[in-house]
Formats: sequence, C-alpha cells, structure tokens
Amino acid sequence: MGSISLEHVNKSFGDVQVIPDISLDIKDGEFVVFVGPSGCGKSTLLRLIAGLEDTSSGTILLDGVDMTDAPPARRGLAMVFQSYALYPHMSVRDNIAFPLKMAKLPKEVIDQKVDYAARTLNLSSYLDRRPRALSGGQRQRVAIGRAIVREPKAFLFDEPLSNLDAALRVNMRLEITELHQQLKTTMIYVTHDQVEAMTMADRIVVLNAGNVEQFGSPLDLYKKPANRFVAGFIGSPRMNFVDGAEAAKYDAHSIGVRPEHFVLTRIPAPGSWEGVVSVAEQLGSDTFLHVQVGEFGLMTIRTDGEETFSHGDDVYLTPDATRIYRFDADGKAL
Amino acid sequence: MARKVSTQTRIGFTIGAWVVALLLFSPILWTALTAFKTEAEAIASPPTFWPQTFTLENFSAVQERSDYVKHAINSIIVALGSTLLGLAIGIPAAWAMAFAPTKRTKDVLMWMLSTKMMPAVGVLIPIYLIFRDLRLLDTVHGLTIIMTLINLPIIIWMLYTYFKEIPVDILEAARMDGAELWNEIVHVLVPMAIPGIASTLLLNVILAWNEAFWSITLTSGRAGTLTAFISSFSSPQGLFLAKLSAASLLAIAPILLMGWFSQKQLVRGLTFGAVK
Ligand SMILES: Nc1ncnc2c1ncn2[C@@H]1O[C@H](COP(=O)(O)OP(=O)(O)OP(=O)(O)O)[C@@H](O)[C@H]1O
Ligand SMILES: [Mg+2]
Repeated sequence: MGSISLEHVNKSFGDVQVIPDISLDIKDGEFVVFVGPSGCGKSTLLRLIAGLEDTSSGTILLDGVDMTDAPPARRGLAMVFQSYALYPHMSVRDNIAFPLKMAKLPKEVIDQKVDYAARTLNLSSYLDRRPRALSGGQRQRVAIGRAIVREPKAFLFDEPLSNLDAALRVNMRLEITELHQQLKTTMIYVTHDQVEAMTMADRIVVLNAGNVEQFGSPLDLYKKPANRFVAGFIGSPRMNFVDGAEAAKYDAHSIGVRPEHFVLTRIPAPGSWEGVVSVAEQLGSDTFLHVQVGEFGLMTIRTDGEETFSHGDDVYLTPDATRIYRFDADGKAL
Repeated sequence: MARKVSTQTRIGFTIGAWVVALLLFSPILWTALTAFKTEAEAIASPPTFWPQTFTLENFSAVQERSDYVKHAINSIIVALGSTLLGLAIGIPAAWAMAFAPTKRTKDVLMWMLSTKMMPAVGVLIPIYLIFRDLRLLDTVHGLTIIMTLINLPIIIWMLYTYFKEIPVDILEAARMDGAELWNEIVHVLVPMAIPGIASTLLLNVILAWNEAFWSITLTSGRAGTLTAFISSFSSPQGLFLAKLSAASLLAIAPILLMGWFSQKQLVRGLTFGAVK
C-alpha cells in the first residue's frame, strides 16, 4: 500500500514562503509527476513528503497514518536523487544491501534480494565495483536498485535522469515506466522535462510558485488546461496566445492556439491570419515555423515535414475553431 | 590544473626548500648530536660537530634520575585519551554544525575558536581550584580531561571543515534507506570522512603531546607527562647540556616517528584540508 495525502501543507524557509498551501491526494499505485518551472518548489514538496524537510504547518498522511513528524527513516519511502547519492566507500553490492542491513534482515535474505535486484537491473557483473568506477547510467541503476530492494510504500524521484545524455534518458525513462508497471508501487517523479511528464505520468501536478495549478491526467492537462499557465506549460512547442480585439471576437480576454492546431495555406482563407515566415526549423518528421503575424507577434506553427518553407515566405494561418482555448482576465480557462 | 614551471624555478625552489628545512631541523639535529657527547664535550669551546667519544651514558642517567618510561606512558595516555575523547564529542558536534546548522552556528564556531586566543594563565586559578576540589590534581585522567577541553575547538573546527565537503545528499540517502542518526554517522559519515578524521587525530595527538603549560602546572610526580619531565631537567640540571639533550631527544622521539610515518595526513590536517 502507498497512498499519500497532503492536507494544507505549508513550508517556509525563514521568511520566505516556498509552499503557501497545498492539498493533494495521491492514490496507491499511481505514477504522479510534479512539473513546473525552476524554483517553483517541486523538490521542496518531494522532500516534505520524504521527511527530509519539516513542514511549517499542515499534515502529511501515508496510508492514512499521520507521518508529519516522522523522521525519513520511519516513513518507509525510497528516494532516488538527481546526484544518485551512492555511498562512495561501499561496493555496488553494499550500496544496494544498505537499506536491508538497516532493516536488520538476515544475511541470506539480503544476498538473495541484492542478487535478484542486480539481475533485474543488469548490474550483476558490477557488484564488486565502487560507484566511481561506473558510468552515469550504471550509477542511476544502482540508485534504483537500492530503492527497490526494500520494497517501499512509494518511490520518490527528484529529476533522476537530468544528468544523463539524451539517448540514455529515453532508455531509462522506459525502464522506470516498466518498473512501475511491474511493481505497481506508488511513484512520485519530479522533472522539468514535460516530455517525461506527459509520457510517464498517470497524473501530473503542475506547480507554479508553490501552488498547484492543476492536477490531472496528461491528456486532461493538454485538452482542458485549467488556466493560461498550464496551457502554456504543457505542450511542446508552447501554445500561442493572442490578446485584445481578436480575443474579444471569441468573447475572451485572451485566446490560445496550439502550434499543431493551425491550417497553413499559401493563399488567404476566410478568417485566416496573415504572416511572414521568420525561421523554419526542420526536424524531418515535423517542421516548426516561427511566423511573424502582424500585431500578434511571433507564433509557432507545427506542420508536417513535406512542404519546405523559407525565410520571408508569405503564409496564412487558420486556427482550428474547435480547438481554441479561451481565458478570462485572470488567466482562468473559460 | 598543472602549470608549466621552468627547470630553473624548480631548482631554485628545491634549493630554497632544503635550506629552510635544514634551518628548521638544525636545533633538533644539534640536540640529537649533543645527547651522545660527554658533558665536557657538550660545552667544549669551540664546539665539536660530531661526538668525539660516542656515549650512551646520558640516556641511562636520565632514565635513572627521573623515570622516562613512566612519563612516556603518561604522555601516551593523555595524548591518545584526550584525542579519542575529543573525537567522540567532536564528531557529533561537527555533524550538527555541518548538516543541521542554525542561524547561530557560525557564531558558536567563532566563539569556540576565540577560546584558543585567550592566554591559558587567565583561567589557571579557577581551573586549579576546581581540580583541587575534585581531587583531579596530579592525576592522568584529570590531565586528559583538561587536554580534551583545550583541543576540542580545534577538533570540531577541523572535523567541521571536512564534513562540509561531504555532499549532504549522501547522508539524506542514508536517512531514506532507513538509517537512524547513529547508523548514519557510523556507517556513512565516518567512513567517508576517514582521511579528515585521521588528520584531526594525528594533529591533536601532537598538540596534546607538546602541551606544556597545563601538564606542568597541574601535575607533579605521579601524572607528569614528558613535557613535565623535560622541564624538570631544564632548571636544576640546566648546566648538564648533554643529559638535557638526551632527555629532550627521548621526549620528542615518539612523536617525531609518528609524524614521519603519517606525513601525508599531517599536511592535510595542518592546512585544514586545503591541500588535496
Ligand atoms: N534550504 C533552503 N533555504 C531557503 N530557501 C530554499 C531552501 N531550499 C529551497 N529554497 C527555495 O525554495 C524555492 C523552491 O526550491 P526547490 O528546490 O523546491 O525548486 P525546484 O522546483 O525543485 O526547482 P528546480 O527545478 O530548479 O530544481 C526556491 O526559490 C529556493 O530558493
Ligand atoms: Mg529541484
């Protein structure tokens, strides 16, 4: 079991309020991702759940039990750090065995569990090495091994892949997702990479300045963003926003159109916006066009990679009327 | 980064280093040579460099007159005992300051260091009276306690500097792995800080070994250390240069040997970890 509830959790460092008031319910077995811009309090929130920081006020429940004041060692959670935080003076085997030794399991059980974890994570041939003799990806695996052997109530990950190169990151992303499907243990995963968030999460928590902007499934967030912040944060490239008279036509303070929700033509169409191509980024499968559209400024449009555009081309953009997001003056979705 | 150094500069520095080292070492060398001379030769003018008649009788005279072995044992107990006791107090204290600091931690550290700037005579009378009332005068354990207290600021400062270099993530990982405070310190912090702890230990053994003020004032016959042993030679026997030299040589020999075998850790210790 591993349900996690936060009730009106507040955290201040001295006079600086980092998390004003957060309530969250994470169900047992869920894969929840915290995303948000740098400094919005993702790590702090994770560390509060871990018990590595004390809450200023509020309650944290694990499986319905109040754990607000329990030290990390008593919470039964496992954490994978961005820096891996392996014990440099211990072999890989001892690193993975450490939580089991702390739990005072008999030696045979420890050996058996360590061997099993090492086989699952392809670490069997490195068991006697020190962490410094491992590559980044191998270190990450050891950190994960150390987390899984103790069968925790939940796993906490703080940007575990950000020190890996792009290809390895994709691999590890899949491995962690697979691990979740195998173990069915609750996982909380902090990242600022929204591709990770979209692909891994059952539900995403979008944080901004210590507040939860929205908590929902990836597609919910994409299709029904609660406000302009979430709309702008989820989706890549970013949503285009238009204010003023054009927005007023849609009875809104501002409107948003995703780059993939435009029809692009070379000749004017009814209701289309006229623009000039500024930069065309060709990715092969897609082309991202950055188009200067009169008073609306620079907009990003996604097209398939078939047609080629170059700087200075005149184009006409027709937003898909059924997929226009409308926001009021406070940025709330209408 | 390795900087390019021209051969000339390197030779210059090497010669300079040797000259300085020889200058610093010359009193010890002279003492060592004198210890093997006869009293007459020791004060001969002009002085001889190499002992003309090589003799060991100074050493046996010294041992006979003031029991070198007893003083040496006292020194070992006080130096090692106070250092180990200091580490036992200092490791948890430095842990708290490095990993759970408060707004006042820096001030506390400065205050502790400031006690080292106070002349020891300033607290001589209160300490003496306390020791008299607690019957700690002229006892080895009494001297061990005072030595621990004197060196504790340095021990904590050194450990604090070393602990600061340890990433706090690793200690937090231990906590997440179910390690209570004691296990975190014993299984993770201490093994990672072993080089720093070793330097601290060595430096403090040396400081406690060389400490003279308190060992002379708080002991007489029974609990005297080697510094007290030397001082008992210097005043009444001042004119017997060869015997004084023999006593000095005996007093510094153990620590000199220890220093020789642990040069690397010592350099790290003396530079507060600045040299890697
Ligand atoms: N120990 C601390 N003392 C004071 N302020 C802190 C402390 N830890 C974090 N903060 C502040 O709290 C805010 C949130 O920090 P946090 O590390 O949670 O951000 P984050 O969302 O994880 O950012 P990033 O994506 O850069 O890791 C930041 O403004 C940071 O400066
Ligand atoms: Mg962070």
